[in-house]
Amino acid sequence: MPKDHGIGASHKRREDVRFLTGAGNYTDDINVHGQAYVHFLRSDMAHGKINSIDTSEAEGMPGVVRIFTGADFEGVGGLPCGWQVTDKNGDPMKEPAHPVLAQGKVRHVGDPIAAVVADSLEQARTAAEAIVVDIEELPAVVDMAKALEAGATKVHDDLDDNLCYDWQFGTDTETTDAAFKNAAHVTTLELVNNRLVANPMEPRVAVGDYSRANDEHTLYTTSQNPHVIRLLMGAFVLGIPEHKLRVVAPDVGGGFGTKIFHYAEEAFCTFAAKACNRPVKWTSTRSEAFMSDAHGRDHVTKIELALDADNNFVGVRTDTLANMGAYLSTFSSSVPTWLHGTLMAGNYKTPAVQVNVKAVFTNTVPVDAYRGAGRPEATFQLERVIDKAARELGVDPIALRRQNFITQFPYATPVAVEYDTGDYEATMAKMEELMDIPGFAARRAESEKNGKLRGLGVNCFIEACGIAPSNLVGQLGARAGLYDAATVRVNATGSISVMVGAHSHGQGHETVFPQVVAEMLGIDESMVDIVHGDTSKIPFGMGTYGSRSLAVCGSAMVRATEKIINKAKKIAGHLLEASDSDIELKDGQFTVAGTDKSVAWGDVTLAAYVPHNYPLEDIEPGLEETAFYDPANFTYPAGAYACEVEVDPDTGKVTIEKFVSADDFGNVVNPMIVEGQVHGGIAQGIGQALLENCAYDENGQLLSASYMDYAMPRADDIPHMSNYVVDHSCQTPCTHNPLGVKGCGEAGAIGSPPTVVNAVIDALHSGGHTHVNHIDMPVSPSRVWAAINGQ
Amino acid sequence: MTKVTMTVNGKTVSGEVKGNTLLTEFLREDLRLTGTHVGCDTSQCGACVVHVNGEAVKSCTMFAAEADGAEVKTIEGMANADGSLSVIQQAFQDYHGLQCGFCTPGMVMSAAALLKDNPKPTEAEVRDYLEGNICRCTGYHNIVRAIMAASGQDVPAVAAE
Repeated sequence: MPKDHGIGASHKRREDVRFLTGAGNYTDDINVHGQAYVHFLRSDMAHGKINSIDTSEAEGMPGVVRIFTGADFEGVGGLPCGWQVTDKNGDPMKEPAHPVLAQGKVRHVGDPIAAVVADSLEQARTAAEAIVVDIEELPAVVDMAKALEAGATKVHDDLDDNLCYDWQFGTDTETTDAAFKNAAHVTTLELVNNRLVANPMEPRVAVGDYSRANDEHTLYTTSQNPHVIRLLMGAFVLGIPEHKLRVVAPDVGGGFGTKIFHYAEEAFCTFAAKACNRPVKWTSTRSEAFMSDAHGRDHVTKIELALDADNNFVGVRTDTLANMGAYLSTFSSSVPTWLHGTLMAGNYKTPAVQVNVKAVFTNTVPVDAYRGAGRPEATFQLERVIDKAARELGVDPIALRRQNFITQFPYATPVAVEYDTGDYEATMAKMEELMDIPGFAARRAESEKNGKLRGLGVNCFIEACGIAPSNLVGQLGARAGLYDAATVRVNATGSISVMVGAHSHGQGHETVFPQVVAEMLGIDESMVDIVHGDTSKIPFGMGTYGSRSLAVCGSAMVRATEKIINKAKKIAGHLLEASDSDIELKDGQFTVAGTDKSVAWGDVTLAAYVPHNYPLEDIEPGLEETAFYDPANFTYPAGAYACEVEVDPDTGKVTIEKFVSADDFGNVVNPMIVEGQVHGGIAQGIGQALLENCAYDENGQLLSASYMDYAMPRADDIPHMSNYVVDHSCQTPCTHNPLGVKGCGEAGAIGSPPTVVNAVIDALHSGGHTHVNHIDMPVSPSRVWAAINGQ
Repeated sequence: MTKVTMTVNGKTVSGEVKGNTLLTEFLREDLRLTGTHVGCDTSQCGACVVHVNGEAVKSCTMFAAEADGAEVKTIEGMANADGSLSVIQQAFQDYHGLQCGFCTPGMVMSAAALLKDNPKPTEAEVRDYLEGNICRCTGYHNIVRAIMAASGQDVPAVAAE
C-alpha cells in the first residue's frame, strides 16, 4: 500500500497553491522603491577589438542615471571559475580574465560592452542606441578543431592558443593500448553531443540594492545557490565581506544548471546600486538569455570500444573536444572532466577505460553545466557505441549490455569512482517487462503496414549525484566544499522552521523535506515549514544542482533533527524523572520505555523555551540545532530506458511511439515528485535528441536566439500517456547517507537521448538503410532524410 | 499617455498608459498582478496568457490600450469565490501538473479556454491545443493528465487504453 504520510507518500505540493493563484514571488515580481533599470548593450559580433566607446550623447538622454563600460570595472575582479583542472602534463588549465563588462575585446555575440542605468527600461534601451562603439571585427573561431589548428585566431591574446587544458584520465595508455591490441573486435564511433540552451521558463533577473546606512548590499537574483553567489561575487569580484552582502533567491522559475553560475549581470547590479545610490534592476529578455545564459553540452567525441572473442568489453577509449565558449563559466571546467570522465565506465565491468578531453576556447557563449552535466555526454557516447558494436557483431543489444553488467558491489571503476550499490539486471528486467519487448515484432509489422519504419532503442545509464565528498573534490580541483547545511528551529509551541541550504526551483522541497522531519518526530507535517533561498535566513548552503538536494542537504536536515531528538529526550527525561536513555519517541510522544509515562512533543518544546522545570545545569534552554553534512561518496542512480520510434522514410520525421524508464533512485520520499522529475528530464532528453540545437554560423553569429529558431519540446512531442511509463520500483538504497536516497533530477535527461537515437538507427536498419550507423542530434527530419538518401 | 479603463478579475480599473504599453506590462507593473509571467519576447511561450472578453490572449502581444473597455481575467481571478482552487487549478495540484510554477498561470488560462470550447477533449486535442504554451519542467505529461481530469475524464482509464 502506498503510504499516506511521511517518507514514501505522494503528497500534493504545498507550494502549488501560490503558484496556481498567481501569488508566487519571483525575482521580477520584486520592485525596490526608487529602483532604476539597466539595459546592457551587447556585442552583435563574435570577435572584435574595441577601439572606442563614446557614451557622450547617450549620457545626456532623458532619464539616464549613469552609463558604465569596462573601464568602470578596472580594478574590480573578474568572474571566477570554481574548478581548477590540471592537465595531463601537470599544468593548471588556462584561466583567462572574464570581466564584468568587456575590456579591450568582445569575444562572443552577447558579450556586454556597456550598461545604461536609467529611470525606466525604455529610457535605458533608447539611450543605449545612442552609444557609439567602434569595434574592429576580428575573425571568429567557432569550430573546435579549427580553433586548435596552428595559427588559429586566438580568443584570448594573452594565451598561447585556444586550448584550455588537455586532460587524460583513467587507465594508463600502455594498458589501454594493450587491451585494444588484444581485442577480437573494435567498434569506433564519432559523434557530436549538440550544444543546448537550458531555457528555464523564467529568464534571469537581478535586482541590486544598497543601504548607505549600514553599508549593506542586497542582491535578489534567480539563482539555484544564493550562498555560492554571495561567496563568489563577494570574495572574488566585488570585495564585499559576507556580513555586508545578502543574496536572496526567492521563487525561481526553473534552473536546470544554468542558474548555478555567477553571472556578470548579478555583479553589475550589485556594483551599480552602490555606485548610483539607487536600486538597479535587470530583467533578461528571452533573446538576451540565449546569448548570455551559459549553454550546455557541445562535445565532439571519438569513442572506441574493444571486445574480446566472447563479446566481453575489454577496453573503452575516448577522445573529446569540449567547448568552453569564450570564457570559463563558474563550473565549466569540471563538466567535461570530473563529471564526464568518471562516468565513462557506465554500468559495465570494462577493465580498461581511458578518457581524453581537450577543452577549447571559441567565440561562443560560455558553456557550463546543463541538466546532467557531463553524464549525458558520457552516457550518450558509450551507449551509442555499444549499440553499434551489437549491430556489427550481430548480437542482441540487450544481451550484450547484460553480459557486461557490473554485478558485484561495491565496485571500483577504472575511472576513480566506487559505486556503492546497484542492481542493473533488475532495472533492465523491469524495463523489458514494461516495454513488452516480445510484442515489438507485431508493433513493427503494424507500423510497416502504414509505410513507417519502427525501431526499438535501449539504453542503460549510471550517474554520479549528490556531489560530493569535499576532500575528494578538493583534490580534484574544486575551489569549494560540497557539503550542505540545515538548521532545525523548533519553536516553543512545537512548530518547526527548517532552514536549508538546498534551493527549490521546481523540485518541491517545501513539501518533501517536511515529510522527512515530520516522520522522524512523529508529528504532523503541517507543523514543519522550510525556509530557503536567503543568505540572511539560512546557515549556509551549496544549493541545488546535480540531484543533490535530498542526498546532501536532506542528510544535513536528518542529522540536525537527530540532534533535536537527542536534546528533546533529555528534556523529556527530566520532565518524566527518567534517564534520557530510557525515553522513546513515537508519534510525537516521549514515553519512558516499558511504562505508560509520557509527555507530548509540545510539552517538551514549551519546556525548552519556558525552562521553569528544566535541567539547566546540563543543557541550555531553547531547541534549535544545525548540522553540516559532507557526503562520504557520490550516489549512483542508474536505470534502463527503452523507446520505440516510427520513422517516416519519405520525410525523415521521427515520432516517439512508446517510452519506458526503469530507474533505481534508492529510497524515494515522494513518488509523485520523483516521477515528475523523470518526466521533465525525459522531455529535455527527447528535446535534445529530436529538436533542440543551439546553432552558430561560421562567423560566430548565433542563429538560434529565440523560440522561433530554437525548437523547444511541446506537449505533442511527448508520447501519449498510454505508451509512457516511468518506473522507480527497483530500489537499492544508497549505503552511505541516512535516507538511502540517490537523487532523481537528472536521470531522464541522461537516459533518454541515446535511447531515442538507438531506436532511430534500429528503425532505419529495419528498412534496409544499413549504411546509416549514426545520425547526430537533433535527429531532425532533414538529417534523417539525408542519411537515408546517403547525403 | 492614454487613459484606459477595463474590468480585471471583476473589478473596474483605470490607468494612464503609453501607446506601446503592453497589456502584460499594465497588468504586472501598474496593477501589480504579477501572476501573469513573461517567458519570451516572440509570443511563443504562453506564460502570459490571460482571457480578454473570454478568449485566451497572449498579453505580451496586445497593447493595454487595445484592452480598453474589455473584460480581462488573469490567474489571480481563477480561484472560486470562496478562495478555494477552481476545478482546473485543483487538477493541476492533484496531478502534479506544475513544478517551478512559472509557466503555470498561462497553462491554467489556456486550459480554461480549451475546456470552455471543448469540454471533453481527447488527449491529442489537449496536446495540440498546448502548442502555444511551453513548459520546461514537467515534460507536459502531468499537465495533460490534469487537464483531462479537469474535464471530468477518467485519466487512469485513458492511460490504460
